[in-house]
Amino acid sequence: MKTSFRVLACWFWLAGFGFAQEAPQAFLGGRIIPIAGPEIPEGTLVVHNGRITAVGPMRSTPIPDGTERHDARGKILIPGLVDSHSHIGSVEGADSTAPIQPDARVLDSINVRDAGIQKAQAGGITTANIMPGSGHLLSGQTLYLKLRDGNVIDDLLIRNREGVIAGGMKMANGTNSRRADPFPGTRAKSAALVREQYIKAQEYRDKVQRANGDPEKLPPRDLRMEALVEVLEGKRVVHHHTHRHDDILTVIRLSKEFGFRVVLHHVSDGWKVANEIAAAKVPCSIIVIDSPGGKLEALDLSGKTGAILDKAGVLVGFHTDDGITDSRLFLRSAALAVRNGMSREKALYGLTMANAIMLDLQDRVGSLEVGKDADFVVLSGDPLSVYTKVLETWVEGKKVFDRSDPKDLLYAVGGYGASRDQMMHMDDYDEEAR
Amino acid sequence: MPYGRCALVLGSVVLVLMSWCNTRVEAQIGVKGETVHTLAGPAINNGVVLIRDGKIERVGPASQITIPKGFRILQAKVVSPGLIDAHTVVGLSGYLNQAQDQDQTERSSSMQPDLRAIDAYNPQERLVDWVRGFGITTLHTGHGPGVLMSGQTMIVKSRGKTVDDAIVVPNAMVSVTLGESSKEPTKGPGSRAKQVALLRAELIKAQEYASKRKTASDDKKPGRDLRLDELVRVLNREIPLLVTAQRSQDIISAIRIAKEFNLKLVLDGAAEAYLVIDQIKEANAPVILHPTMARAGMGETENLSLETASRLKKEGISVALQSGFESYVPKTRVVLYEAAVAAANGLSFEEALGTVTIEAARILGIADRVGSLEVGKDADLALFDGDPFEYTSHVIGVLIQGEIVSEEVR
Repeated sequence: MKTSFRVLACWFWLAGFGFAQEAPQAFLGGRIIPIAGPEIPEGTLVVHNGRITAVGPMRSTPIPDGTERHDARGKILIPGLVDSHSHIGSVEGADSTAPIQPDARVLDSINVRDAGIQKAQAGGITTANIMPGSGHLLSGQTLYLKLRDGNVIDDLLIRNREGVIAGGMKMANGTNSRRADPFPGTRAKSAALVREQYIKAQEYRDKVQRANGDPEKLPPRDLRMEALVEVLEGKRVVHHHTHRHDDILTVIRLSKEFGFRVVLHHVSDGWKVANEIAAAKVPCSIIVIDSPGGKLEALDLSGKTGAILDKAGVLVGFHTDDGITDSRLFLRSAALAVRNGMSREKALYGLTMANAIMLDLQDRVGSLEVGKDADFVVLSGDPLSVYTKVLETWVEGKKVFDRSDPKDLLYAVGGYGASRDQMMHMDDYDEEAR
Repeated sequence: MPYGRCALVLGSVVLVLMSWCNTRVEAQIGVKGETVHTLAGPAINNGVVLIRDGKIERVGPASQITIPKGFRILQAKVVSPGLIDAHTVVGLSGYLNQAQDQDQTERSSSMQPDLRAIDAYNPQERLVDWVRGFGITTLHTGHGPGVLMSGQTMIVKSRGKTVDDAIVVPNAMVSVTLGESSKEPTKGPGSRAKQVALLRAELIKAQEYASKRKTASDDKKPGRDLRLDELVRVLNREIPLLVTAQRSQDIISAIRIAKEFNLKLVLDGAAEAYLVIDQIKEANAPVILHPTMARAGMGETENLSLETASRLKKEGISVALQSGFESYVPKTRVVLYEAAVAAANGLSFEEALGTVTIEAARILGIADRVGSLEVGKDADLALFDGDPFEYTSHVIGVLIQGEIVSEEVR
């Protein structure tokens, strides 16, 4: 008995070992919304080794021999959702000792067993920008994660070709970061403190350049400056919390002065300065909330923000800001934007491709195209309908959420224990240990 | 000059006449709906609701009802009764979320049944306007959760310049909160057991007060005590005790207290109600369930389920939905959206609509006036351009007592 279980466990282990042994998988007959092109009423999606190998109409899309087939008739397939602003994973960044802390990495804080990650999978989210909070002018380095089923944070990271871990930098202005000393007390002071640090970083960068590798001339390593130099060099995009119209313009002003790349987040007043945002060619990651107010900066929050910014020519994405809105209901943000005048196409783009672009991940995620990561969601119905359920979520060809599995269903609908950290079951443990 | 003056007077008279005619005409309305959900029977295809002087005069299929000449005609794809938010703090809690517009909880004492909602409600609060735009015509609002006994609640229509214009029931329930959120670590009560001990002591005090007021000779009668007066009303079952309790043990405590003092109990929040369904049934207590989309990540609502409304309903428990209390953004939720999520998670369409109309009206004790489209009831209606629960549908009109209060597309 014990031996046969071990053999079985061993087989599981082998099956999970790399992509090489995996058969291609095809999803047949569903309506495919590839985002990259028109909807395919009866489509075929083929994935292999974690990538998409074919997508097209069922009649004209060949399926390789040995493919595992999934019946997707009556269902809808969309790309895995990309959340450009989330706080799942019990994430922490900067502490309260200083308003600007570029050395703080969320990498060093995330709990991959946090139930929020399971719930995000249940909501169809496959990629998320995990951020520290907005109580600082600069609260630390963010992480772009793939919501794979992982055991440690490294299992969820995204690395570029040079092996660099993908992530941005979180900044904020307005009222949240105005606090007691040593935090700024006014908006002008906020901007002054930020400028001071970026000027320091410019000087640090220049010193390093002038040293040209000479250890005698190199300044001592400074983790804070190193991170800001990455921002100045455009390697790390600034994700900037900002609400009021004048604060939005301040962000644009500073990004121009220092040449950093920026995505504006929340932008409650964005509709008032839509043309200015468009002219600056700055993308917006917006939040969709049930009512205005709750804080002075969000008094004029409008459901029409998405439609207005889009019309002005701004790249618009949505975010959950989880726990402000629930990752399981992320599709709802796009649906409510449509209610308020945004086109269906742009709203779906805002859940996927627009966010992928904001995270520099447009070559890997955000649409169903050959060569991209096999991140997709199987839906029971139209993505904008309240009655639609996420049935399955797949990341890189692996199913990470299955509504028919009672353990996953608990995260999808809630119930006793649904918010507890993911349990480490002994049987899971045995499986992984062998 | 005299001629000009005469013209001015004449003009004014015409204007007055015109506006008088307008209101006269506006008061008489025929609402046509491709589907009319009356909540008093099956939905009517191609239905008509006739409104005269603020009340519903007739409801039925268009084939049987002719809209009289002179009636203003409104048309919609779907017509429903005006929605009811069965528990909110809107109007006491304002959208600025600054100290000066947050009147839902007074923290100087843990026991304040004497605080009247009518003395704090701001009918011109923007959030009232906001939720009205989504078809919500009746609000059960007042003192909120977060204090052991925070005060009274009331029922209003979401209109009016003054609280008197808005009022339906000035003193609806007394609000009690059990569990973590009403603990006061320094002042007390600092524990669940202490909360219940304080409540029981206060109710016993009110029993003795009532009996002394009744039987004692004039010189020995206790003086009027506003707090105890209110609790006597609760003890006399004139008004229910509204107990916000999320954890199952707090729900059970509420039931135990209600039984001991023979109170009318309305359970509120009740995130873990599905764990104690038998006990809730036995206590015959209706449940004003937390917003279906309430934040589930933390604290006492961590175990809430999107399916609780349907599980309770299947067991025959009376369920209404609420927008609840929000301390941050969004400053209020919208019960139309909450019912939509309940409809997507096990409730039938009619049942889900019921949680924000007729069921809510029954729990609040106002089903004789609102909650369904029936002859003689207030003409409170919500008009939609599609399935009310679909995110992409719109509210296209809202009527309160026959008055069109919103024609905005929302």
